[in-house]
Amino acid sequence: MINIRNLTKVFGAKRAVDGVSFTVERGEVLGFLGPNGAGKSTTMRMITGYIPPTAGTLTIGGYDMVDTPIPAKRLIGYLPENAPAYTDMTVHGFLDFIAGMRGLRGAARKSAIQRVVELCFLQSVLHQNVDTLSKGYRHRTCFAQSIIHDPDVLILDEPTDGLDPNQKHEIRQLIRSMGEKKAIIFSTHILEEVDAVCSRAIIIDRGTIVANGTPQELRQKSKLAGAVTVRVRGVGTLELTTRLQQVAGIGRVTVLESGTAGVTIRALVKAGTANGSLAPAIGEALKGWTLEQLRTEEGRLDEVFRSITLPDTGKEAKI
Amino acid sequence: MNYWAHITTITKRELQAYFSSPVAYVFIVIFLLLNGFFTYMVGGFFERGEASLAQSFFIWQPWFYLFLVPAVGMRLWADERRVGTLELLLTLPIAPWEAIAGKFIASWLFLGLALLLTFPVVLTVNYLGSPDNGVILTAYVGSWLMAGAYLAVSCITSALTRSQVVSFIVSVVACLFLILAGFPPVINLLPNLSPHWQWLTDVVTSFSVITHFAAFQKGVLDSRDIIFFLSVIGFSLFTTSVILRTHRTN
Repeated sequence: MINIRNLTKVFGAKRAVDGVSFTVERGEVLGFLGPNGAGKSTTMRMITGYIPPTAGTLTIGGYDMVDTPIPAKRLIGYLPENAPAYTDMTVHGFLDFIAGMRGLRGAARKSAIQRVVELCFLQSVLHQNVDTLSKGYRHRTCFAQSIIHDPDVLILDEPTDGLDPNQKHEIRQLIRSMGEKKAIIFSTHILEEVDAVCSRAIIIDRGTIVANGTPQELRQKSKLAGAVTVRVRGVGTLELTTRLQQVAGIGRVTVLESGTAGVTIRALVKAGTANGSLAPAIGEALKGWTLEQLRTEEGRLDEVFRSITLPDTGKEAKI
Repeated sequence: MNYWAHITTITKRELQAYFSSPVAYVFIVIFLLLNGFFTYMVGGFFERGEASLAQSFFIWQPWFYLFLVPAVGMRLWADERRVGTLELLLTLPIAPWEAIAGKFIASWLFLGLALLLTFPVVLTVNYLGSPDNGVILTAYVGSWLMAGAYLAVSCITSALTRSQVVSFIVSVVACLFLILAGFPPVINLLPNLSPHWQWLTDVVTSFSVITHFAAFQKGVLDSRDIIFFLSVIGFSLFTTSVILRTHRTN
């Protein structure tokens, strides 16, 4: 549905987005990660046709965004960053306006409004002015306008930003359930969200893609991936370490905790050893001791994120 | 095709926005009070003893519009940019010119409504004498066209900034130029330079709303005056679209 080739955006001397390529098909939920100012919002603004790309091609459902913007935009629902909405309108008035602009008329318009109001739990504020809404409700109002025409493509710029944990949960569930039939891209700072919602994630830094894969694949990039944590009762640290180092495929061993109650140790895998193969070997080696815990680490996304992106790249471009 | 549907939807929304805030009512009340005060007190409507509105009523309007029209136009784009709804509006499946036209038409209709509400002046002059109502109607049309020209200029300044205040001030200055270009003290400055510069005077005066409005006040519907106002509107709205596009590109 979304096809992006070498997308580039230059603001003055700054290459905000530099040769980004990826595709998103129907049924995929793509998480868009990256530090502030990495080019996430700029990329999303280009995909939705708000800012024209400096170079590269970008098609939505086969329609080129530069040459045929109107049919391309028709397929997209967009929740911009900070969820803007007309503050001088009621929630119903606002949704009615967007439905009208999306070409919905009469009964279709009514039922579309009804549907998104129910999906986003807006019944209680339907006739309230947008500027009197709390942040969570305003966010959901803007989210509601993005799905009012049941679009094939959904672009969400930080959809859970500023919501409380319950609201975050609701929005995530909504995104996941809609992801079955649509192509969705959403950006976030929250890594746990990637696990909860995404079928695939892209990490972008300084305008280029630095990682692209399923959350599982990304975690494998972590140094910790495949490492084994062991907790044994009633042995000394030295005893345990010596025994562990005899196991083939074991790399560096670190003591996480040691006390009278027991010792916890983490062993990294040597390069070339298959992840997950270590745990049975260790279990075998420690036979006879009281094994309290034996766990293979899956790797942590935040660790991957920190290791492949650079710290703060400065202020995000304001349009 | 769908153009008209898009434009009317935006126009309706903008009109609702005017009337959902006190701004619209404040504007209309001030406009009517100023008109009443200047027509009857300053303009000497009764003392003149003429069955006409040209010298007592319409003559003030270029000056009222100078402050009131930028106040109507200042929020058009500045507010959209400040709140961020511009991003929402321009990612809808519509052409940017449809949004520009829709917003302009809404504000212009609003100004037209304010102008129509001055009807008691027309009733008064008809009650007291027998004026040429054709002339009055022509002057009303001219006044509305002039308001549209000011409004289109305000659209440009509103698109230039996020701040409504900056937009207001810049557009008052720009509209002041449109008035002063035909104001005798300014015109008198020019020919003193040299008789060869007569063309310069002509060019400057031709930009004056006062000169073009004067014909309407006399009841003359000259196509050149209509074209003048319409081309100011067209050119300004086109400039607005260029400015909006430039913002997005840079």
